[in-house]
Amino acid sequence: MLGNEAFARGAYEAGVKVVSSYPGTPSTEVTENLAKYNEIHVEWAPNEKVGTEVAVGASIGGVRSLSCMKHVGLNVAADPFFTAAYTGVTGGAVILVADDNGCHSSQNEQDSRYYGRSAGVPMLEPANAQECKDYMKLAYEISEKYDTVVLLRSNTRLSHSRGIVEMGQRVEKDRIPYKKNIQKYVAMPAMAKKLHIIQEERMNRIAEDSNTMDINRVEINDTSIGIITSGICYQYVKEALPEVSVLKMGLINPIPKKLIEDFASKVDKLYVIEEGNPYFEEQIRAMGVKLAGGKDMFTIQGEYSANMIRAAFGMPVAETIEIDNVPGRPPLLCAGCPHRGLFHVLSKLKKTVLGDIGCYTLGSLPPTSAMDACLCMGASITMAHGFEKAIGDSKDVVAVLGDSTFFHSGITGLVNMNYNGSKGTVIILDNRITGMTGHQDNPSTGKNAQGDEAPAIDIAAMCRACGVKHITEIDPFKIKELEEVIKTETERGELSVIITKRPCALIVKQPDIPYTVTDKCKNCKMCMKIGCPAIEEKDGRPFIVPDRCVGCELCAEVCPFDAIEIDSKAKEDK
Amino acid sequence: MNKSNILIVGVGGQGTLLASVLLGNLALAKGFDVKLSEVHGMAQRGGSVVTHVKISEDTVNSPLIEEGDADVIIAFEELEAYRWLPYLKKGGTMYVNTQQILPMPVILGQDKYPEHIMQTLREKAGTIKAFNALEIAEECGSVKAVNVVLLGAASKDLPFDEAAWIKVIEENVKPKFVELNKKAFEMGRNA
Repeated sequence: MLGNEAFARGAYEAGVKVVSSYPGTPSTEVTENLAKYNEIHVEWAPNEKVGTEVAVGASIGGVRSLSCMKHVGLNVAADPFFTAAYTGVTGGAVILVADDNGCHSSQNEQDSRYYGRSAGVPMLEPANAQECKDYMKLAYEISEKYDTVVLLRSNTRLSHSRGIVEMGQRVEKDRIPYKKNIQKYVAMPAMAKKLHIIQEERMNRIAEDSNTMDINRVEINDTSIGIITSGICYQYVKEALPEVSVLKMGLINPIPKKLIEDFASKVDKLYVIEEGNPYFEEQIRAMGVKLAGGKDMFTIQGEYSANMIRAAFGMPVAETIEIDNVPGRPPLLCAGCPHRGLFHVLSKLKKTVLGDIGCYTLGSLPPTSAMDACLCMGASITMAHGFEKAIGDSKDVVAVLGDSTFFHSGITGLVNMNYNGSKGTVIILDNRITGMTGHQDNPSTGKNAQGDEAPAIDIAAMCRACGVKHITEIDPFKIKELEEVIKTETERGELSVIITKRPCALIVKQPDIPYTVTDKCKNCKMCMKIGCPAIEEKDGRPFIVPDRCVGCELCAEVCPFDAIEIDSKAKEDK
Repeated sequence: MNKSNILIVGVGGQGTLLASVLLGNLALAKGFDVKLSEVHGMAQRGGSVVTHVKISEDTVNSPLIEEGDADVIIAFEELEAYRWLPYLKKGGTMYVNTQQILPMPVILGQDKYPEHIMQTLREKAGTIKAFNALEIAEECGSVKAVNVVLLGAASKDLPFDEAAWIKVIEENVKPKFVELNKKAFEMGRNA
């Protein structure tokens, strides 16, 4: 079972009733798997703040609730999260946060462990798929026992590794009847001060109890070396140094101080091995415990491995076969991708493109190279506004973001543009799905998390409601018209939105009749400037690889000599 | 077999994930401890992808196969075979689909696709078994069956009987593609 499936199974068995999440690699599959259970209300929220607030509301309403997100999503949800840390819960409430050590699919390697500490909530970190399930269930017990939100931490390697998981039965939990309690749930200054006192006492209690919790486990072997670790790093330690003594932390906030001191007294040399920042290390050093090594031996960036640990301890690693430099293979937009048409035009018009988070961030790579900045969800619109205010002009600048990203946190930026006198142009790539994370529905697709029909918000109407007067909807593969529209709108001198409408090539059936380069080709290589994975060079000329071409026609559109046509033989075969 | 580390490498979209799931489920059914590590998200879009499959009679700790530690590498593409060669154990076996998919930096002329990859692989690796899995998949009826053709080829060196392989295909592949994949497996096994 995938780590993320195991988290989902754990929530199911724990009797969770409400789940609200926004997709984000590597957390997405938890919610996707939960959506398969009929006993649970599972929804895609427009963003992580909404998801967290829904979970908090469900907890106040008396049931167990969950919100799942990637590390940067917790930044978006930080506002409700920090205050929910004061108020506590009625039904158990868990926030699952999945970090991305190694930046496999993210804009940074944020270490979310600091959130647990900073907000003052207990935080758990499993180390394999079985523990993903077990810790999820345990998180609810802790949540209800101590009256607190619990943070459950994963990362890419854990969420996306499969291992054996023993299944259990779901235990239904009766809803706890709602009782009005403004001292607990109305977080205004007078109450918040008192709640903060309660929270401090609660965390002190958990800190004391953490010394005897089973999930903080001491494994005494050879006592010349002792290692404190947690999560996936525990696996690397066991693989590299099977003979040493280990303190495996399952509860990573608050840390079990007595247990650590006791473990330190039993080993000759104590090390901390943790991916990311020196989170344990600094706390342990602050306790006055002497460490023989930590971040002085390991980096704060990337993923660790058994070999990295072996090397740090001066142990031999396996001999490897040496090879010469290998060309990179960066990811790219799929054949038939609707974004390709837009980036081709933006590249041609040499616009400054403030981009956003999604598949379309790949538009920044050659050959289109049509993106200048990408920061976080929704920042395309707001950065474009700031850029416009800095240079005093908007006609060479556009913001580019996807439909799901627009609903996530683009709308407020657009409201700001209208309110604060922007003359800029925002391009919303409406591909009818949340693409990069593996195709989840969103508020404009007309379907919910279960794939059932749901009301669809019209993006153009939404923009109009934000005060935008000039809105154009266009197929991004009609590149000549698209070019004219972008020119007109950017030079208009008033705020405008262009919505490029064409579904993701992976969610609608493509014609699948390949195009071919005919002898009318003058070898200008214009078709190679769109960066299609189906077009290669063969004997010095463009060549369309038939089994990779999906028949989207974009290359034929851009060819100035009408030299690209449907492969008539392939069409007959079809 | 006490333990086996199998690395499956290719280009995003080639179906490496299904191959690893079939292999993992089969080993699981045979009572081994299994860990798989996969790639999701951005890298799946036409990038270099790798799936780690670790099978053992004892507990598998780290889900990662490291450099010099793969008993078997199943490579869906020549350049990816070369890229991941350092992960092959001395004397390990590599199955290579002799297909070349040019990465964008090569298409754009910014980089060169290495020449003589197969020759280099033969010189440096323990055993190389190379064949055109794409042609076989096309013969079976779909280029998408490349993954199962390659599994079929590798299956001869893995300690699972043919019937068990067929069963795992039947259990894990969508019903309408079962026959296609069974055929692909057979043809790969006999390649």
